Amino acid sequence: MSTLSLTSAFSLLLKRDLVLAYRRRSELVNPMLFFVLVTAMFPLGIGNDPKLIEAVGPGVVWVAALLASLLSLDSMFRSDFDDGSLEQFMLSAHPVSVLVLAKILAHWLVTGLPLFIVAPLLAVLLNIPSSAIPTLMLTLILGTPVLSLIGSVGVALTVGLRRGGVILSLLVLPLYVPVLIFGTDAVKTAIIGIPTTAQISILGAMLVGSLVLAPMATAASLRISLS
Amino acid sequence: MIIRFFHQMGSPRYFYNVAGKLVPWFMVSFLITLVFGLYYGLFVAPPDYQQGESYRIMYIHVPSAWMSMFIYVVMAVSGLISLVWRIKMTEIVVISSATVGASFTFLALATGSLWGKPMWGTWWVWDARLTSELILLFLYLGIIALHSAIEDKRVAARAVSILALVGVVNIPIIHYSVEWWNTLHQPASVTKFDKPSMDLSMLIPLLTMAISFKLYYGAVVLMRARAEIVERERNSRWVQELVEQEAK
Repeated sequence: MSTLSLTSAFSLLLKRDLVLAYRRRSELVNPMLFFVLVTAMFPLGIGNDPKLIEAVGPGVVWVAALLASLLSLDSMFRSDFDDGSLEQFMLSAHPVSVLVLAKILAHWLVTGLPLFIVAPLLAVLLNIPSSAIPTLMLTLILGTPVLSLIGSVGVALTVGLRRGGVILSLLVLPLYVPVLIFGTDAVKTAIIGIPTTAQISILGAMLVGSLVLAPMATAASLRISLS
Repeated sequence: MIIRFFHQMGSPRYFYNVAGKLVPWFMVSFLITLVFGLYYGLFVAPPDYQQGESYRIMYIHVPSAWMSMFIYVVMAVSGLISLVWRIKMTEIVVISSATVGASFTFLALATGSLWGKPMWGTWWVWDARLTSELILLFLYLGIIALHSAIEDKRVAARAVSILALVGVVNIPIIHYSVEWWNTLHQPASVTKFDKPSMDLSMLIPLLTMAISFKLYYGAVVLMRARAEIVERERNSRWVQELVEQEAK
């Protein structure tokens, strides 16, 4: 066990999670489908006025991304918790925060990246002008990892609970607010045609910050949940 | 000397006794400052030249808003202490503070909305400060929900401590992002300490009320902490002796 280097442990865990996800392809599609469905509900709810849809479009895409990410969070540690492999990670010689980071990365590749891929389609559905689509995709690729990272702390805290789902949303959604604000604001600004460097930089800063801090908090929370 | 003090305060029994002696002092000074602050604020202080009498809700609203943030910081600091040094008493402080903090946050929101109706013409606006206060309320509620969901209370306390720390890192980010997003609330008028844009006759009752609320918080936290100690240590000998004494 101790002969295994940290990088190979990281990549092994990442590969394992990706293979597991690939074996359950229907679950792979679910967050994406949810994302599309929620977005499609909004025009039905607010009416088909193109101006109105365009005005709320960026916000709708981002709120749907938030909810899709929230919905898929619970699966991040669930199966590992149930079959005991999470306890094995705790016992391994490697820092738990790095192993956790591998799991978060796998989770993001499986649930966050698909949102990024379908986003242009949704942008077209919501009358977001094509000039703003690159910005939308950029904010999503910077923002959705932040959602997974922040969410991992919440999941780690609630993984041992029987009815963790509702509490998870209460814990995680308030912390998603900054991502939502800057993600939406960047797209709105891009629609008007103003440079969005500031918002993009802040999203990038949030990504870097949460990349550093969240795995540590998640590792500490997992230790508590498993004690 | 100081280390010995902390060591003793870390013992539930010692804390229970000291807290029991402190509560009446906190309560009495809370009541005195409350009566003074309310009387001064509601009757003595002059009406505002723009807002008339309705500004007086500020004497509840502003101290509550201060308390809502102050208590969250207290929770985060004691959460950090309990995670690092595993001190039982700071764990108890985290838990005991959560409901008081949530109540103050709610009070700040409710009084603000009551004031907003005559002043801004609406109960609620999606303004930066209101929104961050609302999110703060959600953070408090999350902490309370997580604590009640975990059965083992020591585990719950540590989980809640982590959550409070994550929250305290996020609060400035949330605050500034919301501020960027939209703003209508007037800027703070007291924190400009060099030259407060407020008359002394209004400032005195406001600060008195702030002190009064802090004393109230101190009293409530100590009372809740004592209850929590007795519940947690119910199998220990000194608690059983205490209960027997009370029964006599």
